[in-house]
Amino acid sequence: MKITADEVKKVAKLAKLTLSDPDIERMAADMDAMLAYVATLANLDTQGIVPTAHAVPMANAFRADSLRPSLERDDVMAAAPKSAGGTFRVPKVIE
Amino acid sequence: MSLIDYSIAQLQTQLRSGTISAVELCDAYLARIASVDGGINAYLTVAAESARAAACAADRELAGGNARPLTGIPLALKDIFVTKGIRTTCASKILSDYLPPYDGTAVQRLYDSGAVLLGKLNMDEFAMGSSNENSAFGPVRNPWHRDYVTGGSSGGSAACVAARTAVAALGTDTGGSIRQPAAHCGVVGLKPTYGRVSRYGVIAYASSLDQVGPLTRDVRDCAILTQAIAGYDPLDSTSVNTPVPDYLARLESGVKGLRIGLPREYFGAGLDPEVKAALEEAQRVLAGLGAEFVEISLPYTEYAVACYYLIATAEASSNLARYDGIRYGLRVDDGEGLNALYCRSRAAGFGAEVKRRIMLGTYALSAGYYDAYYLKAQKARTLIRQDIIAALDQVDVLLSPVAPTPAFRLGEKMADPLQMYLSDIFTIPVNLAGTCALSLPCGFSAGGLPIGLQIIGRPFAEATLLQAAYAYEQATKWHQRQAML
Repeated sequence: MKITADEVKKVAKLAKLTLSDPDIERMAADMDAMLAYVATLANLDTQGIVPTAHAVPMANAFRADSLRPSLERDDVMAAAPKSAGGTFRVPKVIE
Repeated sequence: MSLIDYSIAQLQTQLRSGTISAVELCDAYLARIASVDGGINAYLTVAAESARAAACAADRELAGGNARPLTGIPLALKDIFVTKGIRTTCASKILSDYLPPYDGTAVQRLYDSGAVLLGKLNMDEFAMGSSNENSAFGPVRNPWHRDYVTGGSSGGSAACVAARTAVAALGTDTGGSIRQPAAHCGVVGLKPTYGRVSRYGVIAYASSLDQVGPLTRDVRDCAILTQAIAGYDPLDSTSVNTPVPDYLARLESGVKGLRIGLPREYFGAGLDPEVKAALEEAQRVLAGLGAEFVEISLPYTEYAVACYYLIATAEASSNLARYDGIRYGLRVDDGEGLNALYCRSRAAGFGAEVKRRIMLGTYALSAGYYDAYYLKAQKARTLIRQDIIAALDQVDVLLSPVAPTPAFRLGEKMADPLQMYLSDIFTIPVNLAGTCALSLPCGFSAGGLPIGLQIIGRPFAEATLLQAAYAYEQATKWHQRQAML
């Protein structure tokens, strides 16, 4: 199969990545090569096989619903590229 | 011997007897880093000030006779472990200035054991790579030959142990990222069983595969460090609440009667003749020590790399969605709104390989392709896992190469991502199966590059791996060779 530039653009939009035109061309070639390789899986008969999401079988892990200290707000906000009044600043999203 | 030549076990004795002090040991390492790391590029951050302070505290503790298992031992961490107040980059531009607000559990356990943290180590960006060339801060060079790669993604961790710029280090292993660089740099590396070591505070790549483990100079040190970090952690919901055995208790019990399986598919075409010869010699040594060999078959091996690259990239595409330029990391805002901020921050912050994997993963999970790729890979994973678990019902451990070749030249595989991915063919199945495996030096190529062997064990049978590895190491002494720098 051949991945088209339009398909790469669509996936890039889903992945929230801006790609330049040369990036798109290179990415299409790389994805083609990878998808051709992983296509070998199609030869494998997996009829009736249960998928494995996790190697170690485990059910949900629950903890007691009790209060415990969280990270210090100032320490967390210190890593934010832009903040104001203890909150993250983002571009305006509602007109 | 100089201070930097001692193992953890030797240093424990010397620090406790007062023959050496933690401060002089720490200073010897900081001097060693200053003199040789420029040519290796293993360190991304040297935490000299906090290391010296920790060493001073260690000396007070030692003077008081209250030493803990790692008191005063200088260690280093792959830069994937978040460290409070110490820059944590994951070797990415997107986190180049990130100061985490907390310590992860494995790091906390090292601190709780008294370790002195020298700094943070280079790696492939977000642990995506098999050569450590995908770092935003330049490749790590192999201490045995600087024109060659260290392997990856824990290349800095393996290189610093081989270069003696730390006594030992922690890394992470998603598809071979501890074992393969350990083999290429001639050190010991253990990927514990999935769930054995907490991942809390480890930057996530592929969450159903990632596991934390040690890289050390010898097998005893590997046991000591595994002991320090293993165990249940309620902060990691995938951590398994199974008792941690004493990894030193059975270390010297030998391999007499140990049943070792040789997976036929791991010794076929594509295996470098020198690697093959080293493995055959290792088999003779182990047989001489009383181990029994059985040929077994893992027929699904050929599907492992394809399965891995679908599962790992799918999980990565989801895990790396958090780098959005809002809460931490690089932000590129040209005033065109929130979506443009996300897309441009990520485009500017991620390197080529990370983008490639995010794209492949997003594609495999997208509407219309999910069943053919992601679900298919999860079913293949079931078969690959059953294959290995069934083999380990017949034998105690499996013996195999770690990588098909010794370390390759810097730049040799950068133009062909698929060739790079195939260098993990013998390590990936272990991650898919979720079990444990250890990489151990077993010789050198004619060009002087280390070769490693892999011992694969049943889930939570790390003690058996260490026991077998120790017996082999004592019989061969490959670990005593040092890279000349």
